[in-house]
Amino acid sequence: MRIGVPRALFYYMYYPFWKIFFEALGHEVILSSPTNKKILKDGLEFAVDDACLPVKVFHGHIVDLLDRVDVLFIPRIISIEPGEFICPKFLGLPDMVKSSIPDLPPIIDSNLSVYKNRKDLIGHAKSIGTDLGHSSRLILKAYTIASTKFNSYKKFQISHEQLPLDSGQKSFFDSNSSYFSRHKNKCLGENTLNVLLLGHPYNIYDNYISMNLITKLQKNGIKVITPEIIPVKNISAGAKNLKKRLFWTMGKNIIGSTYYYMDCGKALDGIIHLASFGCGPDSIVGELLERKLSRNRLVPFLRINIDEHSGEEGFNTRLEAFIDVIEGRRRN
Amino acid sequence: MKVTFPHMGNLYIPLRTFFENLGAEVVVPPLSSKRTLEIGCKYSPEFACLPLKVTLGNFIEALEMGADTIVMAGGVGPCRFGYYAEVQREILKDLGYDFDMIVLEPPQGHFWDLIKKFKYITNKKSFKEIYLAGKLAWKKIILLDRLEKMVNRIRAVELEKGKTDKAYKKALNLISNARDEQELAFARQQIEKEISSIKKAKERNLLKVGLVGEIYTLLEPFVNFNIEKQLGELGVLVERSIYISQWVRENLLPSFMKSKEPEVLAKLAEPYIPCFVGGHGRESVAQIVSYAKQGFDGVIHLLPLTCMPEIVAKSVLPMVSKIHSIPVMTLVLDEHSAETGLRTRLEAFIDLIRERKEEEEFGVLSWD
Repeated sequence: MRIGVPRALFYYMYYPFWKIFFEALGHEVILSSPTNKKILKDGLEFAVDDACLPVKVFHGHIVDLLDRVDVLFIPRIISIEPGEFICPKFLGLPDMVKSSIPDLPPIIDSNLSVYKNRKDLIGHAKSIGTDLGHSSRLILKAYTIASTKFNSYKKFQISHEQLPLDSGQKSFFDSNSSYFSRHKNKCLGENTLNVLLLGHPYNIYDNYISMNLITKLQKNGIKVITPEIIPVKNISAGAKNLKKRLFWTMGKNIIGSTYYYMDCGKALDGIIHLASFGCGPDSIVGELLERKLSRNRLVPFLRINIDEHSGEEGFNTRLEAFIDVIEGRRRN
Repeated sequence: MKVTFPHMGNLYIPLRTFFENLGAEVVVPPLSSKRTLEIGCKYSPEFACLPLKVTLGNFIEALEMGADTIVMAGGVGPCRFGYYAEVQREILKDLGYDFDMIVLEPPQGHFWDLIKKFKYITNKKSFKEIYLAGKLAWKKIILLDRLEKMVNRIRAVELEKGKTDKAYKKALNLISNARDEQELAFARQQIEKEISSIKKAKERNLLKVGLVGEIYTLLEPFVNFNIEKQLGELGVLVERSIYISQWVRENLLPSFMKSKEPEVLAKLAEPYIPCFVGGHGRESVAQIVSYAKQGFDGVIHLLPLTCMPEIVAKSVLPMVSKIHSIPVMTLVLDEHSAETGLRTRLEAFIDLIRERKEEEEFGVLSWD
């Protein structure tokens, strides 16, 4: 069966798992095209107008997949870390899509919730497999393969500091897998500028939404660090500085990474926070971040809000100005 | 210690009773006003939702009046409300205020923590004293809810315009001033007498509209431009889906004291939103289905701009409205909302459902 996986939202975190799992069950995974003008336009047309940019883009990716798949995969992602949630919109994502886009093929909307126990990922796999009509033996086998490879991929991602960034049509996972066990990336360099890029994975790694932010930074000789390549234990150590535990995983990653780098005295030349207009969690997280950073004024901080009307020229100007600032600071 | 808390509709009445009966000095912030909104917005994050901004304004106004201890509710997500207090504390600190913030987290099995916090606020009063103060406050909440329900039913049919609201104001004062249960029982009798004496017009084809949505925008008349009153003035019988007593039950009481009603209700939303989506997103949908089944003529859905749970609800509303054949209008509120715009939309909506009701009577049945 051809299973359509939208190249949006949690694609940047879970695609390796889903791909291996589906293929182990004998299905073909069809990925939507990288975000483009048409996808954005379709997203704007179908999604409820109050939704944030990434959710609208997700709707566009569904439209992109419509004619080429037998089944659509829209998991209901509730929790990806024990005791934490993600944005409520993910909890209702399949419902939003079902009522916004007409003539949909069958949808697999299995829950993914590890709120109680990290091992509940197997429950997610089981319910996908059952929906597709497979025996529990096959599901278990596929799950074992997928979770082993997924875990080693995540380790590889951190140890080799591989950002989940697509190159052209190719998925980050497909292009990265050939790099498995290649040489290590440079650690925090003496001579390169190190910038901590914060934001939800589906904003910072989507080249269209982020207007190639990562590539632009790298072209300027900047080493980009994101929460995805920071070891989990460092993020948790940083997040412990909060008075109250933050209940959004992605928000926790953002704050935790910042606190970790600020408090451990790691050399950082700048911090960029990329948020999308109307993002609920980031309105809170961004505020905490900005207050923390403006109190000690050690690192230049750039906050960019993007929406469907963002113009690339204005974006470039701000970015260039920011790079000038951090380069100037380094020279002095 | 001077205790203060945020406004949400009439919540200040039982809260004041509760803390005063425990011997704490209470500073009730001025009722939310344009000024509250202005200072709240000035210091809040731009994309935060409206309740955060207005309640921050409440806190600043209360601190200006000399309050030094803020009592605020918390939460465990995924709705932003659970992190309000953390952000507000940082903002107020940066503004240079000196205060203590006590956050009442929902007692997920830690009901004792809540009692401990009350003990701290109230200078180590005994459990019994806390219980008694709580009981009176709770009775006030119940009476307030009853009062609001009565007022909404009668405002639409009053003969003499403005009579109901006069009685309502008087009643609020009576409840607010009652010092013990006896006085409260007396106040209740008086209120019932007063309200039942309001002369009613005979209206056979009264329109019935339900109000659903995010709790703060539903309960706080300042941010929803007193929508219940406006609808009443348009001759519409209004029923609101959430009352303070429900909120207290859900958020401050231990789980064994909760009613089963919300679970039964949530079943109604199952075809559209089968699982919890934070806040009252799923409940809003369930209430709309419930209103449709009770034969209401329309539903108005309120939410603050960028409210995550209600956006999920909003996205499925076209389907709910179609399947249950009930008109639904969504109103998104923020600091730029204006009363005239809201009034126009309300009038248009009411015209629409009135026409529809009349058509129905002549045997034409269609919403599309």
